[in-house]
Amino acid sequence: MTLIAILGAISSMIFSGTSLLYSTLGEVLTERVGIVNLGLEGVLLVSASLGFCVTVKTGNPYWGILAAMLGGALMNLLFGFLVITRRANQLASGLALMFFGFGISALIGKPYVGAMIAGTPRYLVPGFANIPLLDTPQFRFDILIYLAIPVAILVWWLLYRTRWGLTIRAVGENASTAFAAGRNPALLQYQALFVSGLLAGLGAAHLSIAWTMTWAENMTAGRGFIAIALVIFSKWHPLRAIVGALLFGGAVAFQLLLQASGVQISPFLLDTTPYILTLVVLVGWGGTRKHAAPASLGRVYQGQE
Amino acid sequence: MTPKTEVQEKASLLVRLKINILARYALIILAAFFAFGLILGLSGINPLKAYADIFAYTFGSWFGFSEVIVKMIPLLFTATAVALPSRVGLINVGAEGQLYMGAWLATWAALTFTQLPASILIPLMLLLGMVGGGLWALIPAVLRANGIVNETITSLILNYVAPTVVAFFIYGPWRSPLNAMYPQTVDFVAAARLPNFFGTRVHLGLVFGLIVLVLYWFLMNKTRWGLEMRSIGGNPQAARRNGLPITLYLVLIMCLGGGLAGMAGMVEIAGIHGRLRPGFSPGFGFMGFLISWLSGGNPLGILIMSFVFGVISSGGDILQITQGLPFAVVNILLAVTLFIVLARPVLFKGKKA
Repeated sequence: MTLIAILGAISSMIFSGTSLLYSTLGEVLTERVGIVNLGLEGVLLVSASLGFCVTVKTGNPYWGILAAMLGGALMNLLFGFLVITRRANQLASGLALMFFGFGISALIGKPYVGAMIAGTPRYLVPGFANIPLLDTPQFRFDILIYLAIPVAILVWWLLYRTRWGLTIRAVGENASTAFAAGRNPALLQYQALFVSGLLAGLGAAHLSIAWTMTWAENMTAGRGFIAIALVIFSKWHPLRAIVGALLFGGAVAFQLLLQASGVQISPFLLDTTPYILTLVVLVGWGGTRKHAAPASLGRVYQGQE
Repeated sequence: MTPKTEVQEKASLLVRLKINILARYALIILAAFFAFGLILGLSGINPLKAYADIFAYTFGSWFGFSEVIVKMIPLLFTATAVALPSRVGLINVGAEGQLYMGAWLATWAALTFTQLPASILIPLMLLLGMVGGGLWALIPAVLRANGIVNETITSLILNYVAPTVVAFFIYGPWRSPLNAMYPQTVDFVAAARLPNFFGTRVHLGLVFGLIVLVLYWFLMNKTRWGLEMRSIGGNPQAARRNGLPITLYLVLIMCLGGGLAGMAGMVEIAGIHGRLRPGFSPGFGFMGFLISWLSGGNPLGILIMSFVFGVISSGGDILQITQGLPFAVVNILLAVTLFIVLARPVLFKGKKA
């Protein structure tokens, strides 16, 4: 196995981990406020298709990214209307949102299947210039990759160092107590869902606009569900989500590395790696980490009447 | 005017209640069609023309109507596959994967025991279909029953694994050498095919599906096990204190649900395709989940909603042909229906799916 192949694998690990990190951060935020959004997959699909279609129409990827973010936020607000205002069951609403996303994204993306875009400009990692092996297109990353870790830190800062974050976490632990302390749980949940939608939109935008530069029906292929598993793995903590996203990006990279090195494994079986790894992570950490979950996660806040 | 007896009064109340429920279903479906029409209109398609096409195809001819029934058959199984575990409080979102694994194991029987007569081969395939789906459901079931991971997320993720396993066999060891263009297995022998009715594609699976529904109703309403299951779903704490074997129930019922979804895969390949193809299910497992939710796990509701979903699903086919819309668009209609039910919990108070 050559050094070049390994460097290539590291590069693809970063590319595929980025969209996961953004979506995981979004889900951390919603789960911190006590809401499980199983519809993340649908949100990602709508954002990815919307972002791609706006990029094709305007020719400017940044408009596309903005559209993807707003699309994600809108999807989450729709979800919020069901689970916050109408107090519907979160799991069923999430799955309904997933179906909605499947359909809407297919409808939005249909005229753009096979369309070409230029993507976002990519910049070489600072300091890598003129270093042999490292000064390659593989280490030219787009702006969303460079922003991923700062955004994770920003989410951590929001959750743990601001008054808003404190109240968000309080609502996730016990909405009635937060209400008694003079907070408005419903409003906070809407706010968290909105920000989470923006983050999921960033992840989807990276997937369709910056990385693959294409749209295909169902292109997220379960990334939303992997992100939900990563939230458990990272103990509902934004900084640990970085490790999780890299781990899963690594699984994809490992897959490519095996194929490149000529190991005789069916590509179909290799394709299952990320999902099997997700299950392993859930089995390994799911049970032991329950105590770290927000106390009223998934519970519908019935309000004070 | 003679005063009504108590019995008569009760009966008329019951009738009114039934009509009320039917009216609500109709209202929900109408509202969903309206919202879907709005979305179609926004994307530049004439919704009236689209609905006219769907209606003309599904109810306008015997063939179109028989195709609705064809679509409804696997849904009867997958909806029950979700409804049954929901009675003990399990959320089975993995019917899609279980369906594929059932079809996979049934295909193995069809390709291996080509000498057997239909009277043995069909029951064997049905059994293996159940085993395949049931074993696939065993993974989330065991993890849930031991308190390791919630079954929702595991069964969802396994949906992405099963079709890949099936594809591995179709592209690999089972690939038919006769057809280089399309990856698929060789055609099943005649004994491995379910007989069709009246020259349409409606097949024996319909009878199996109806039997499953009746058995499901009987199990839930007429047996001790049904009572125990409902008590576990209703109040697990109380059920545990009463000494019910909760872990056993959870694992067994989830596997039974998976087995039903596996049967859906078996009847679909043995009744319609006659061979195993990659991606042969347009989301029957997911639709089963929605049907189970919308019908509140009620057997009659499952029958009605499966029919409605059969119409919608056939509608998806026809929209694909006449309007050039992707089949996935029917998901919007399905999701909007669920949104309306979820957003108005008053209509479905006291029902759990």
